[in-house]
Amino acid sequence: MIVEQISVFVENKAGSIEKVTIALANAGIGIRTFCTEDGSDFGILRMLVTDPKKAESVLKDNGFSAFCNKVVAAKCANKTGSLAYLLNKLAERNVSVEYMYAFQDNDEARVVLRTKDIELCNTIIEEQ
Amino acid sequence: MNKDFYNPVEGISRDELRKLQYTRLQKTIASALNVPFYQKAFKALGLSASDIRSLDDIIKLPFTTKDDLRNNYPFKMAAIPLKDCVRVHSSSGTTGNPTVVLHSKNDLDAWAELVARNLYMVGVRDTDVFQNTSGYGMFTGGLGFQYGAEKLGCLTVPAAAGNSKRQIKFMKDFGTTVVHIIPSYATRLAEVMAEEGVDPKKDLKIRILAIGAEPHTEEQRKRIEELLGVKAYNSFGMSEMCGPGVAFECKEQNGLHIWEDNVIVEIVNPVTLQPVPDGEIGELVLTTLNREAMPLIRYRTRDLTRIIPGDCPCGRTHRRLARFQGRSDDMMILKGVNIFPIQIEKILMGYKELGSNFLITLETISNNDEMTVEVELGELGTDNVGDLKDLVKDITRKLKDEILITPKVKLVPKGSLPSAEGGKAVRVKDLRKLF
Repeated sequence: MIVEQISVFVENKAGSIEKVTIALANAGIGIRTFCTEDGSDFGILRMLVTDPKKAESVLKDNGFSAFCNKVVAAKCANKTGSLAYLLNKLAERNVSVEYMYAFQDNDEARVVLRTKDIELCNTIIEEQ
Repeated sequence: MNKDFYNPVEGISRDELRKLQYTRLQKTIASALNVPFYQKAFKALGLSASDIRSLDDIIKLPFTTKDDLRNNYPFKMAAIPLKDCVRVHSSSGTTGNPTVVLHSKNDLDAWAELVARNLYMVGVRDTDVFQNTSGYGMFTGGLGFQYGAEKLGCLTVPAAAGNSKRQIKFMKDFGTTVVHIIPSYATRLAEVMAEEGVDPKKDLKIRILAIGAEPHTEEQRKRIEELLGVKAYNSFGMSEMCGPGVAFECKEQNGLHIWEDNVIVEIVNPVTLQPVPDGEIGELVLTTLNREAMPLIRYRTRDLTRIIPGDCPCGRTHRRLARFQGRSDDMMILKGVNIFPIQIEKILMGYKELGSNFLITLETISNNDEMTVEVELGELGTDNVGDLKDLVKDITRKLKDEILITPKVKLVPKGSLPSAEGGKAVRVKDLRKLF
């Protein structure tokens, strides 16, 4: 499944991620999962949220630099070896993963995948 | 040739202009010799008014500096009795006594005429609604533009500085078509418009901006023009001369016509004080030709610029000043290299990923003088920290090519650096331990 991901520029400073979460909470937007990528002075906070379009405009209105793009949220069975199987299918088709993170959606595990070609990645995943 | 001039003097021949200058220079000298400061300065050089036999003899005259004005605070530079002066303006005076400038009734009329001339030159007419976002009071950008726009017959909106939401409301409700604004505040206002959901291209009627009072780059001008959907023209003035009106761009947007019926222009090498040829950068030196209350001879403006050689297609014969290269007193010296903030601004403005605010910090780190350039990120165009790191590397390299020193570049979130709300933005913080 292709989903919208929100990325926000944050300074490496106490309270900077908190400000993002407060802005979203005040707008009634829930965070389903997130991960951070760290640089030395700044980082990027990536999130899947309940309403990505609204989140993008809320964050921009609150003065944040935010970016919205597409990622694949792949179902992954809750058993040993299933992630290896999924990654093997991508590797067979020479799809390289730029980054990934995971979350639990009801009883299912989901793996968020960012690749160069999101459509291709999604097709391979859906074929399974 | 377009002869649609506000004042025919804009198009008179260079010969006529020089004759006019010489006649007026003699008046300026005669009047300046009422001032004890000039009496002393002439005496020290063994000079009398009759020694100035042609315009070229101006190089024999003494210079006047900002310190001279400070030392004669408040009214010792007056060439006429105070009862004939009707207004006083002054600089902020953050470093000692402010510089004070006196005006007679005729001085104010002449000043308003210059401003009206400038506005007319870029297409402003009596049908326009002119909003002035300058601070009023002692700062000349307020009243200077006010009287000029009124003289031209515009409906004027003396909105004064700050309160961005109110500025935008007036622009919308009054149908403002022309705005006088400092460049950093123009970009700030565009941000507030976006926050308020106002599209300047659809919801507002602004078509012309007069921008000045703050050095800025061509890139910044283009950005302002794009953001607001306007034509932005550079304005140059200084309170010592009168205020805004001294020089202004025509529709060609290639240099500022400096009104040579109002001042004599010289560009000198700031170290040797010798004149440099047209086209070469140096310090702008101005001699007033129309001032009654406070004539100034060879005033060293500290502004670095050059004359653009050649004729302007607009048909005006008054020479053009190039974009200002900063001020001799803004100059930072780091590791023996002379650096002007505008060089850094020029590079930063070239990146569409960046916002318009930046801050240069100079500090001593383990006995080494270092420069940090913090700049606000604009829109985020990536989900990858790597892309931002590449951006920082690219900026660092371009800055190094420009200023010959490798600064530490830091991207910071929007709104975290000082911006200019009606005043001049603080761009440089010098925390160095000086021995």
